[in-house]
Amino acid sequence: MDILVTHNITKRFANHVALNGVSISVPQQSIYGLLGPNGAGKTTLIRIINMITGPDEGEVLLNGEKLRQNHIEQIGYLPEERGLYKKMKVGEQALYLAQLKGLSRADAMKKLKYWFEKFEIAGWWNRKVEELSKGMQQKIQFIVTVLHDPKLLIFDEPFSGFDPINANIIKDEIIRLKENGATIIFSTHNMSSVEELCDDIALINKSNKILEGKVKEIKNTYKDNVYQVELTGYNHELKHQLNGDFIIEQEAHADDILTASIKIRNGKTTNEMIQALMQFGNVHAIREIIPTMNDIFIAKVNNDTLKYNSATNLTE
Amino acid sequence: MKKTLIIIKREYLSRVKKRSFIVMTILGPILMASLMIVPFFISKWGEDTKNIDVVDETGIYVDHLTSNKSVQFNYLTSDIKTAKDNLMKSGSYCLLYIPKPTPTDSNSAKLFYSNKQPGISVTSYVHEKMKYVLENKMLHDKYGLDKKDIESVKTSIDLKMENVQTGENSSPELTMMIGLFAGILIYISIFMFGSQVMRGVIEEKTSRIIEVIVSSVKPFQLLMGKITGIALVGLTQFLLWIVLTLGIVTVFQASVFTATKKNVTTEQKAINVQQPTPMTNTIDKSAPKDEDAEIMNSVMHSVGSYNYVMIIVMFLFFFLFGYLLYGALFAAIGSAVDNEADTQQFMMPITIPLILAFVLSQTIINNPQGPLAFWFSIIPLTSPIVMMIRLPFGVPTYELILSMGLLVLGFLGATWFAAKIYRTGILMYGKKVSYKELWKWLKY
Repeated sequence: MDILVTHNITKRFANHVALNGVSISVPQQSIYGLLGPNGAGKTTLIRIINMITGPDEGEVLLNGEKLRQNHIEQIGYLPEERGLYKKMKVGEQALYLAQLKGLSRADAMKKLKYWFEKFEIAGWWNRKVEELSKGMQQKIQFIVTVLHDPKLLIFDEPFSGFDPINANIIKDEIIRLKENGATIIFSTHNMSSVEELCDDIALINKSNKILEGKVKEIKNTYKDNVYQVELTGYNHELKHQLNGDFIIEQEAHADDILTASIKIRNGKTTNEMIQALMQFGNVHAIREIIPTMNDIFIAKVNNDTLKYNSATNLTE
Repeated sequence: MKKTLIIIKREYLSRVKKRSFIVMTILGPILMASLMIVPFFISKWGEDTKNIDVVDETGIYVDHLTSNKSVQFNYLTSDIKTAKDNLMKSGSYCLLYIPKPTPTDSNSAKLFYSNKQPGISVTSYVHEKMKYVLENKMLHDKYGLDKKDIESVKTSIDLKMENVQTGENSSPELTMMIGLFAGILIYISIFMFGSQVMRGVIEEKTSRIIEVIVSSVKPFQLLMGKITGIALVGLTQFLLWIVLTLGIVTVFQASVFTATKKNVTTEQKAINVQQPTPMTNTIDKSAPKDEDAEIMNSVMHSVGSYNYVMIIVMFLFFFLFGYLLYGALFAAIGSAVDNEADTQQFMMPITIPLILAFVLSQTIINNPQGPLAFWFSIIPLTSPIVMMIRLPFGVPTYELILSMGLLVLGFLGATWFAAKIYRTGILMYGKKVSYKELWKWLKY
């Protein structure tokens, strides 16, 4: 069951089309990555889902129902451009924002207490926001976003402004929220966190959705039967003696180890490749090269063939 | 609606708790009360007597310049040089020197001083007295008359005004003052609270909290919450001002009265016991003290002759809706810019009607029923100020209702307009917005 579906969303601004018939389906209890270069239309789509702006065409369905203003209480949104009232005290402000999401004051108080203790920031309650560091403010914003137990959470670049330790705390929280039943839409440029967290992704470029699906499936579609092998005691004539079924795309020598990426063609299997390689040296290691989301992202956005960001991949 | 109330509450409390609000609330009434109380004290407090030495070479002024409580003329017989030298030692305030008239310069005099330059009250007093003496002499020489003869034929006519409908007495000065005061107060408060709205919007934009909030409430709710919250701050301030001012004045009045009564009764008793006959004496003695109460009374009485409830209610109405109209426009400006420095270009069209109304106030006072006054008190952008100026002079009911109705309509129109700009503007960053751009936002 998809918790959120958009149908052919189109949004035009005075001089350009921000979204052109974008349809996405976000499965229940998943982490859904919304990817795309700057200015692709991600923020506009997110704003439409949050009812901050309306689409010119198309519709948004939440749990199969057309989006209504009171759905807003089931959604938690952490915008990329986020901030707090600087002169207001932390606790007061968190209470205020929670009440705007429809929580009663007493409920908000109880929940805030839980989260403040969990994040070990109870001592900040009476401090003004301007006295806190950026990372501290982000923590409060995160709490305010998840406080009303929304079914759908939208995080736009959630890790920006966090140090690695706090970023991990937030990452763990996001995973825990998913395990507790929430669905998370996650917009970021940080591809390694996409690999780590996302179950599904949609790629938006120049106002159009150009890719959508499960991360695993997408990666499988884009893998190219390329294997990374390491040989020791090898014969230098390797390149010339392998037949057309196995193409060496790259090779590097270091410390008497030959590292090569080899593409298998004509329906040959890995075993056959190993057999062929055995004639030239000892097969030390072998693994399949699966394209990273980063590679797929760049390839799709540039409308290019997949190129492995070789240096990083081969040494992985 | 519930969320709008939450916003109103925050906007209201966050401002009312501010130190500047508390200071203004306390200072305002003290200032206003002192406007009524200080003139009373000034009339009471005497000054030190200032001695002025006079060296008169013409002989016209000697013994003719009249002294009073604060200025005492001493005529010297020495020549000007020794008088100047003695000025420091004698401790006199200054030295008036009247040289012999020359063909080119007939009526001139000089005031020498040692360390303190004489104030305007002294110089004008000296000037006035010299003029009196000289004019008196000329009258006497030419016509054989005296200044006193002229005084005796001068008459003063007491022109009082009375409204035939209500029987209220009024003085034109006071009417003018009340209207002008109310008009200026509205002018200042529209600017003050309007720019608070604008700064609030800019604050939300620059701190980037806006997107968090509009994901919970509609932009319109936030806009209305903010404007209403600040309106309540303004009303709170005015009500506190009115109550506190009345409080201070009443307490002061009461203290003046009781002091006077006590004096009178104790003196009367004392005299009654000793010798009951010369009652006139007692009355004479207590008369100057009764004057205090009388001054206060007359101030209070003339102030009290206006329909204050009506004026205060109208003031609150015109402040409220005038502010709401302008507050919405100020919010629209705030939403269209990234920081306060950029507001200038959009402030112009809003401030012009306000300033125009303010500048025209003098003309309107001179002719409070004229066509200029009429139109400016009907048009919503200027009516809050101009109508307040006209009101104490009396305004036909239908004009008042028309003006109020149009102001409410103007407020609705301004809010509609502002909301359109606001909801687009708050999410726009890093773009210098032009009027053309704003026009497009209206049509989104």
